[in-house]
Amino acid sequence: MDLTLSAEQIAFRDELRQWLAANAPAPITRGGNESLAQRFEKLRGWQRQLHDAGWAGVAWPKAYGGRGASLIEQVIFLEEMARAQAPPMANTLGLGLIGPTIIHFGTEEQKRRFLPKILSAEEIWCQGFSEPNAGSDVASIRSEARLDGDHFIVNGHKVWNSYGWVADWCALVVRTDPAAAKHKGLTYILVDMKSPGVEVRPIRQISGESEFAELYFKDVRVPVANVLGKVNQGWEVALGTLMHERATLGASITILYRRSFDRLVELTRAVRRNGRAVCEDPIVRQKLAQAYTELEVFRLNQMRAVSRVSSTGVPGPEGSILKIFWSEFNQRFQQTAQEILGPYGMLEEGSPHAIDDGAWSYGFLRTRGNTIEAGTSEIQRNIIGHFVLGLPKSY
Amino acid sequence: MHFELSETQQLLAKTARQFLTNECPIAEVRRIMETPTAHDAALHRKMADQGWAGIAIPEEQGGMGLGMIELAATFEQMGRALVPGAFFATVALAAPLLDDPAHLGPICEGMQLATAALIEADADWDPASWSTAASNGTLTGAKMFVPDAAEAAFILVAARDHGVPGIYRVAKDAPGLTVTALKSLDLTRRLYEVRFDNTPAETIATGGAAEQALKKALRIATLALTAEMAGGMARVLDITVEYAKARKQFDTPIGKFQAVQHMCADMYLWSESTKAAVYYAAYALDKDLPEAASALSVAKVYAADAYREIGNRGIQVHGGMGFTWENDVHLYYRRAKVSETMLGDNVYHRELLARAVVDRL
Ligand SMILES: Cc1cc2nc3c(=O)[nH]c(=O)nc-3n(C[C@H](O)[C@H](O)[C@H](O)COP(=O)(O)OP(=O)(O)OC[C@H]3O[C@@H](n4cnc5c(N)ncnc54)[C@H](O)[C@@H]3O)c2cc1C
Repeated sequence: MDLTLSAEQIAFRDELRQWLAANAPAPITRGGNESLAQRFEKLRGWQRQLHDAGWAGVAWPKAYGGRGASLIEQVIFLEEMARAQAPPMANTLGLGLIGPTIIHFGTEEQKRRFLPKILSAEEIWCQGFSEPNAGSDVASIRSEARLDGDHFIVNGHKVWNSYGWVADWCALVVRTDPAAAKHKGLTYILVDMKSPGVEVRPIRQISGESEFAELYFKDVRVPVANVLGKVNQGWEVALGTLMHERATLGASITILYRRSFDRLVELTRAVRRNGRAVCEDPIVRQKLAQAYTELEVFRLNQMRAVSRVSSTGVPGPEGSILKIFWSEFNQRFQQTAQEILGPYGMLEEGSPHAIDDGAWSYGFLRTRGNTIEAGTSEIQRNIIGHFVLGLPKSY
Repeated sequence: MHFELSETQQLLAKTARQFLTNECPIAEVRRIMETPTAHDAALHRKMADQGWAGIAIPEEQGGMGLGMIELAATFEQMGRALVPGAFFATVALAAPLLDDPAHLGPICEGMQLATAALIEADADWDPASWSTAASNGTLTGAKMFVPDAAEAAFILVAARDHGVPGIYRVAKDAPGLTVTALKSLDLTRRLYEVRFDNTPAETIATGGAAEQALKKALRIATLALTAEMAGGMARVLDITVEYAKARKQFDTPIGKFQAVQHMCADMYLWSESTKAAVYYAAYALDKDLPEAASALSVAKVYAADAYREIGNRGIQVHGGMGFTWENDVHLYYRRAKVSETMLGDNVYHRELLARAVVDRL
C-alpha cells in the first residue's frame, strides 16, 4: 500500500495546477436564465481549451490525441479539476464510457477516426442502449439492423438517451440475428446522428428539463465498418461500456459532490434556525459529518478501484459497489441539504430568493434518477449477489 | 500509487489467517469466552511468538518495527477470528502509551499483559472530562469500561496532578486498587470498573509528553479496533453467504431470493467500504499525514454502522438459526455493538469531524 506519487506524477500535478490556476473559468452553473444548450456550449468551449493544452484524455494513448499517461494521472487530473473548482468537460459519455470502449474493442481505423474528436469535443456522443421494452433487461433489445451490402439498415426506437439532443454520434446496440439467443444476436454499432432517418425527440424529465431524449431510427444506413467488435458479439462490447460506466463515472462524480458538500457547509453559516446559525446545531453538525464520512469512504473506494483497474486492466463487477454508493449517497446528501436549507431550498431556478438559483431543488429531484441510470440499484445488487458473491441467479 | 497490501503485507495477513484458523477456531473462542476472564495465556503467547505483540514497536524497544498497515492487517485477521482476551488491550491500547524498553520488552515477548484505564463515570472519550486525581505518587478516582483489567499485570491510568495530565502505572496488586467485573454484551472482551483509593502509582509521563502519548495510543487503538471490525464483518458476510447458498426453502437455495441476495450485496458493500476506510487511515497514520485524525474518525464512524448493520442482516438471513446461541453470528454481533461505543461512539466522532470539516471551511 503506497499512495505517494512518483516524481513524474508530482510534476504532472504541479504543471496542471498552475495551468488551471491561470485558465479555469468560473463555475458553469445553472441559473442566469441560460438554456441547457447555452450552458453546454460553454462546457464544450472549456473542453476544447483543455484539449488544446493537452489535458483531455490523460490516460488515452498518444496516437489518438491522448496524453498516454496512466490511470493514476487521470485521477490526479480529476482531483486537480476539483481543487480548482473547474467545470467538468462537455463530452461526458464519449470520455467516460464510449471512448474507453473504442480503445478496447475498436479497429485501428476506428480509433483514429473517432477518438481525437471525442477529446476535442468536436463530436459529442450519446449511448443508445435502453428501449421502451429493454431497460434493466437490456439484452432484450428489439431495434434491429439488416445487412445490405456494405451497410446495415437500422430500424428501431431508443429511450432515455442522455445528451441525445446534442449528440453527433450514438453508440447503438441493435439486434442483428433475431434467431439467436437473447445475448447472442446483438451488435454494437456507431451511428452518425446526422444520417437520414434519425429523429431525436426530447423527453421532459422530472425536473422539467430535457437532458435526455428518445431516438427513432427509420431505415438508417450505417456502414458495416462502423461495427465495434464483431457482428453478433455486441453484448460483450456493451458489457465493456457498462463496466466503465460503473467504474469510472464515480471519479468525476466525487468531485462534484465534494463541491456541493463544501457549498452546503458554507450555507449553514447563513441559514438560521432556533435563534442560531444552523452550523451550530448539533444535529445538523452530525448530519454533515455523516455526509463527509460517506463522501470520504466513497473517494477511497474509488481510489481503491482505480488502483485495482490499473493493475488488472479492466473494471470488474466490484464496480457495482461504486455505482450503488454514489447514487444512494447523493440521495441521502440532497435530503440532508433540503433539511438544512428549509423552504428556500425548494425554490426553483428563476424564482426570487432561490438559493444558488435553484440548484438545490434541481439537485434534489435529479438524484431520483441516480439509482435508475447506469443500471438500477436493484440490478447492481443482483450483480454483486451473483457475480461477486456467487449466489444463484435470481431470474 | 497502489491501494492494496504489498506482497509482504499480503503474506503477513495470509500467515496470520492460517495461524488463527488453526490456533483460534470458533470452538476455541467459545471455550475461552466461558472462562472467568475470557483470556487464554497459551494462545496469547503463541500470538506473541508470531511477533504480533510488538508488531509496530521499534526493534530497539523489543518489537518488530513494522508499520501501521501491518498492524491493521494483523488486527483485521484477529477480528475475523474473534480472538478473545487481553491481546487487544495489551498491544493496541496499553503498549502505545509506553516507550521504556523495560516495560515494553515483556509485552513484546508475550510475558506480560496490560491495559489502559481512561474513561470515567460519564463514559466520555474527551480527555478533558477525566478527573482521576494524582497526588504524591498515588491515584484516587474511578475508571469505567476498562478492558481486560483482571488479566493485566499493570494498568496505565490517565489522571491529573493539580490539573496537569499524566499517565501512571498501577501494579495489579497495588493497595487501594479494586477491579470489578462488568457484564457486557461482548463475551470475548471483558470490561471492568477500576477504582483507586490512594493507590501507589509510578509516573510514566506528564504534561505535553503524556498528552502526546495518549493521542498516539488512542489513534493506534482506534486503528486496531476498526481493523478488527473490518475483519469481523467480512467473516459474518462469508458465514452468511455460505448459509444462503446451502439453506433451501421452497426447494430453492434462499440466496436465490432477491430479498436475501440484496441483503448480502449490502453486506458486501459495507464490508469492502470499511476496508478502504481502515487501510487509508492506517496509511495516513503511518505517514503521519495531517488528515490522520479525520481519517480515523471516518473509519470508526463508518465501521461502527457497517458492522452493526452487517450483523443485523447476517442474523436475518439465518432465520431462526440466527437467533440461537449455537449460531456464531451473535458472537460477532456482540463484538460489533461493544466496538461501536469503544474509543468513542459515532456521536463523539462525528462531532470531531464536524470540528475538522464544518468549522474549518
Ligand atoms: C437520468 C437518466 C439517464 C439515462 N441515460 C441513458 C442513456 O444515456 N442511454 C441509455 O441507453 N439509457 C439511459 N438511461 C436508461 C436507464 O439505463 C434505464 O432507465 C435503466 O436501466 C432501467 O430501465 P427501465 O427504465 O426500463 O426500468 P425497468 O427495467 O422497467 O425497471 C423498473 C423497476 O424494476 C426493477 N427491476 C427490473 N428488473 C429487475 C430485476 N431483474 N431484479 C430486480 N429488480 C428489477 C428496477 O430496478 C426498477 O426498480 C437513463 C436513465 C435515467 C433515469
